[in-house]
Amino acid sequence: MTTDLTRLAAAEMARLLAAREVSSVELTRAHLDRTADVDDEVHAYLCLDVEGALRTAAEVDQRRIAGESVHLLAGVPIAVKDVLATRGLPTTCGSRILEGWIPPYDATLVGRLRTAAMPILGKTNMDEFAMGSSTEHSAWGPSHNPWDLTRIPGGSGGGSSSAVASFQAPFAIGTDTGGSIRQPAAVTGTVGVKPTYGGVSRYGLVALASSLDQAGPCTRSVLDAALLHAVIGGHDPMDSTSIDAPVPPVVDAAQRASVEGMTVGVVRQLGGEGYQAGVRERFDESVQLLVDLGAKVVEVDCPSFDYALATYYLILPSEASSNLAKFDGMRYGLRVLPSGVADPDAEQVMAATRDAGFGPEVKRRIILGTYALSSGYYDAYYGQAQKVRRLIAEDFARAFQVADVLVSPTAPTTAFPIGEKLDDPLAMYLNDVATIPANLAGVPGMSIPSGLASEDGLPTGIQFLAPATEDDRLYAAGAALEAALLDRWGGPLLDRAPELPKGA
Amino acid sequence: MSLTRDDVAHLASLARIDLSEAELDRMLGELTVILDSVAVVQQAPTDGVEPMSHPLPLTNVTRPDVVRPSLTAEQALAGAPVEEQQRFSVPRILAED
Repeated sequence: MTTDLTRLAAAEMARLLAAREVSSVELTRAHLDRTADVDDEVHAYLCLDVEGALRTAAEVDQRRIAGESVHLLAGVPIAVKDVLATRGLPTTCGSRILEGWIPPYDATLVGRLRTAAMPILGKTNMDEFAMGSSTEHSAWGPSHNPWDLTRIPGGSGGGSSSAVASFQAPFAIGTDTGGSIRQPAAVTGTVGVKPTYGGVSRYGLVALASSLDQAGPCTRSVLDAALLHAVIGGHDPMDSTSIDAPVPPVVDAAQRASVEGMTVGVVRQLGGEGYQAGVRERFDESVQLLVDLGAKVVEVDCPSFDYALATYYLILPSEASSNLAKFDGMRYGLRVLPSGVADPDAEQVMAATRDAGFGPEVKRRIILGTYALSSGYYDAYYGQAQKVRRLIAEDFARAFQVADVLVSPTAPTTAFPIGEKLDDPLAMYLNDVATIPANLAGVPGMSIPSGLASEDGLPTGIQFLAPATEDDRLYAAGAALEAALLDRWGGPLLDRAPELPKGA
Repeated sequence: MSLTRDDVAHLASLARIDLSEAELDRMLGELTVILDSVAVVQQAPTDGVEPMSHPLPLTNVTRPDVVRPSLTAEQALAGAPVEEQQRFSVPRILAED
């Protein structure tokens, strides 16, 4: 009998629920209590749905008592990033421009969580419209890393990563446009997966960059990620870019947990200069473990990855400037009248609204995108970036001819202090240097904890990348390495995180 | 090629964002640094390379042309800043004269 339900793996929670050893109401309440204890300090959530979560939990409990067959994860609670539309529950995307907006519909993946009867605990914090690597660009203030509350939990999905790492939720939904699932996972000692582009429906995901965005699992184990991936993945007629094929066999792969016979490619361009020594050290150690587990390791060359960051910071702002044009103060969200203008026209109201509603990073990227798309500069910037994007995809294709999966450190550094990079956009952008290529090419990626950096004792992550639609390879390799690392550590990495102060 | 303060003001007006004088100054400095950095894409060997706009080679995804459930007018208007007679009420779009 365990005393703290919140520290269990989601798979174990599911088992206890199915065996009726624990009720979903107990389990959900345990997480809400944990949130009441620690979230004043962590600030993972923007809003909670106590009533809705407990209602769903009670319903699942009733259905199980009545002997109904329910989904494997029915009754296991979850947190959802605030960029996904949740019917009846505020959705702000971390922005003042959507303050108070209550969506009249559910994102497809949220609908799938509801169909599986998973209680939704609340909405997690994020950089405004997912633009950032630290949650410091949230209009509602940053989230804090449970390993050290003075440091960032990664971004944009730092609310989801910190919720999972501080045991406020067994797992959470994140979205990853350039690393927003994987980098937060790396710096909080958790697992994050960006599925193949099109693998999870984008319907109801408030778009940042439509050709890059992808939702996926944030968890504490590879198997839990696979279980969640299987719930949210699959074709959706409401998203015309959704892949019309079954979800790859991710759960089987996570249970198989093997790299035997696999060729693992270490990407030469991801991991050299600019990577913290402790991050490199843990990465090299994980690569050696993969060899010990039966993988063949080769080095692969992806020369165009050197241009990936620049390519991304042209393509993303271009798409974002277009996607965010809909926030015009006319149909939903904030409307601000310009001061000192009698009888303002619609365009003046739009401009005043967007000035008041958007934070500095969002304004910066919208204006950068407007520039990159403007006639006269289009070919030199956006057009050129689209060509380099093709070169990056071709580098991946060549690499996957010789390797089944690729690996790199997930993020170049461990979690940095809140405030350190806030005034230096380029330094902030560098956090995603290793995760961005996957989004540009649409291939799937996973980050799992690789240990603690020797110089600061903070978590580091290793990233696996696989060819499009071969997401299961990530799970087979990730689970194999995870098991070997757990052996070495003698337990989960998160067991070494400090106890959080409990609030009033 | 460097960006001027007037350029930034023009871009902000195209993007419909009122920027204060202080914001304009700050934005000019930041955008100049970012543009210098992303201009590196111009050095990539892209002769004869086709632009790639999207990771999936999809064309013309359509659905059957049938009526399906949608939001009610009340739901669609629920988030409106101002509504009137079951419509979004917006500021004037034309000048008076």
